Amino acid sequence: MSKLQGQPFRLTGLASPNRLGFARFKKALNAYCAGKLLAANSALGMYFLKRLLFLIPLLLVISFLAFLLMHAAPGGPFDRERAPASPEIERAIQAKYHLDEPVLKQYGRYLGGLVQGDLGPSLKYRNHNVADIIRQALPVSFTLGSLAFGLAIGLGIPWGVWMAVRRGRWGDYVWGLLALLFVCVPALVLGPLFVLIFAVHWQLFPVALWESARHAVLPTLTLGLFFAARVARLMRESMTTTLQAEFIMAARAKGVSESAILLKHALRLAVLPVVSYSGPMLADLLTGSFVVENVFQIPGLGGFFINSSFNKDLTMLMGLVLLYAALLVVLNLLVDLLYQVLDRRVKYE
Amino acid sequence: MSEGLASARRAQVEPSARLGEEPGPGLNRLPLSPNQRARRRFIRNKPALGSAVFLGALLLVVLVGPLLCPYQPELSYAEQFQPPDAKHWFGTDVHGRDLLIRVLFGARISILVGVVGAAVALVIGVSWGAVAGYMGGRLDGLMMRMVDVLYSLPSIIFVMVLIATLSPMATSWLSRVPEPFGSKLAAVTPLLFLFAGLGAVSWLTMARIVRGQVLTLRTRAFVEASRSLGASHARILWRHILPNVWGIVIVYLTLSVPAVILYESFLSYLGLGIQPPTASWGSLVAEGAGQLHPVRIYWWLIVFPASWLVATLLALNFLGDGLRDAFDPRSAEN
Repeated sequence: MSKLQGQPFRLTGLASPNRLGFARFKKALNAYCAGKLLAANSALGMYFLKRLLFLIPLLLVISFLAFLLMHAAPGGPFDRERAPASPEIERAIQAKYHLDEPVLKQYGRYLGGLVQGDLGPSLKYRNHNVADIIRQALPVSFTLGSLAFGLAIGLGIPWGVWMAVRRGRWGDYVWGLLALLFVCVPALVLGPLFVLIFAVHWQLFPVALWESARHAVLPTLTLGLFFAARVARLMRESMTTTLQAEFIMAARAKGVSESAILLKHALRLAVLPVVSYSGPMLADLLTGSFVVENVFQIPGLGGFFINSSFNKDLTMLMGLVLLYAALLVVLNLLVDLLYQVLDRRVKYE
Repeated sequence: MSEGLASARRAQVEPSARLGEEPGPGLNRLPLSPNQRARRRFIRNKPALGSAVFLGALLLVVLVGPLLCPYQPELSYAEQFQPPDAKHWFGTDVHGRDLLIRVLFGARISILVGVVGAAVALVIGVSWGAVAGYMGGRLDGLMMRMVDVLYSLPSIIFVMVLIATLSPMATSWLSRVPEPFGSKLAAVTPLLFLFAGLGAVSWLTMARIVRGQVLTLRTRAFVEASRSLGASHARILWRHILPNVWGIVIVYLTLSVPAVILYESFLSYLGLGIQPPTASWGSLVAEGAGQLHPVRIYWWLIVFPASWLVATLLALNFLGDGLRDAFDPRSAEN
């Protein structure tokens, strides 16, 4: 029956005018699809461009608020100088750093420099630009942050998958308890404890400073273990729910091996909550490194931030605050892009 | 009325949660209200219940303990760095002060900061989120953009900038206050700034959560009904919308206490929070970490304050998770 029905279609399909029509149709369809894809991609591009452009008003608002706040505070950056300078010198210093101008004019001057990538001179570390100091300290903080991020992802995901696979058994409870413990032990406790145990008592690693690869081990663990535990807990939850999905059952029914189910089918879906958590995680990594850099005397941005908020080094503080805000927006944008790549169902508008 | 509707809604949404409840011995038993069911679920959750008991005991020890302890937190009694013994259970610190009493007083500060932060989250966060979600439109947009801007920085950075700029302002203001009050006020200002700074960030998450809840609640039929009966906005918000939000508010309140305690210890560790001689858990750990020495190991200076801090954080997190499972069973996994 079906053969009979199929026959006339195939015959007409062979006829040349129809064939031409089909080719034309196929071509049109391809063009249409390509256009649609392009439109979708450009809509996505527009969305991310918009997000990137949002950075500008955001930085303006933050910088303005911070500028006002810092100028409302009495006491200048030179109050901690040892000898009180004569009024003339005081005035000369004020004039040099334009501290005697009205606030709005100072702010305008600051913005003008900002556009050219100049964050002004540091008021505490004389003869140094804020931009120079950042350029020196940022790589250190960035290395530490990336190592900790790598540890969080590289350890946390297998950890969570392991717990999900062993759900309800002893392994799950023991590792789950360990994860909970690491989530509740802040870096300011973990750091000194690690130093006490691994550096002072067993002398396996150096106590402090940032020189060789061995120096990086304890800081990375201190900063990264908390996030690894967070990722593991997230991963366990999402993996557990994913493993109950119907497509996993279908894969099992087809006889796909358990490891292939885990790694090929489930992981890609289950990793999504971790991806969306990595945005806030990056923010916490930034600030978490303050304590870690303090414990291990690492010359990163955190130390400069703390010192400048002690010393009222306005330009330094402003530069760092703006840097952090910009970094966060850009990193969050990257996280969202990655999410889009991994999960095509998500639509941004 | 809203209660009944809410329970009907829950029953409809989560049949499995209802099936999980035992019907009880009586035949014509009234169905439980959502709050009653939440209480049952909570009591069945042993770790959460245990944490609640632990926290109650901790509170008791922290409030009563210093009265029973023969030492003062800011006086030195013995040689410095005495290891723990029968006289000084937690040992002594660099000035020969008794560590036990310092940990107890530090606990008071840390817990107080956590509670104040949570209170700010409750008052400002809930009203901000409720008004924004209920009013909607341009006002909602404006209020939420403000939250977004504050959110765009890591909150701890915001707090640090706030404290760094506000404290000199306060000292110059305090110098004009007449003397007997001036020095007393100056003693508590670091603490007040800590409260202000941590309060300024602790309400943001709460505002977002409450707004999201209110946004869906205000379109529900019971709100429509009471509006058509002529109820005022304040009455609708207070009597019909907020009672449906309290559950989730309590959950996030519990979870915000450990977050604020953690922030406080973070700041005090870096020297920006509590100023000596007053102590909190964070600054005590910092003092201990400052005494790390390659030759002699004063482990008690770190281990005791740190273990109290960690135990409290653990218990608060258990409690918060338990409350979330109790009030919002849909979020419960496994």
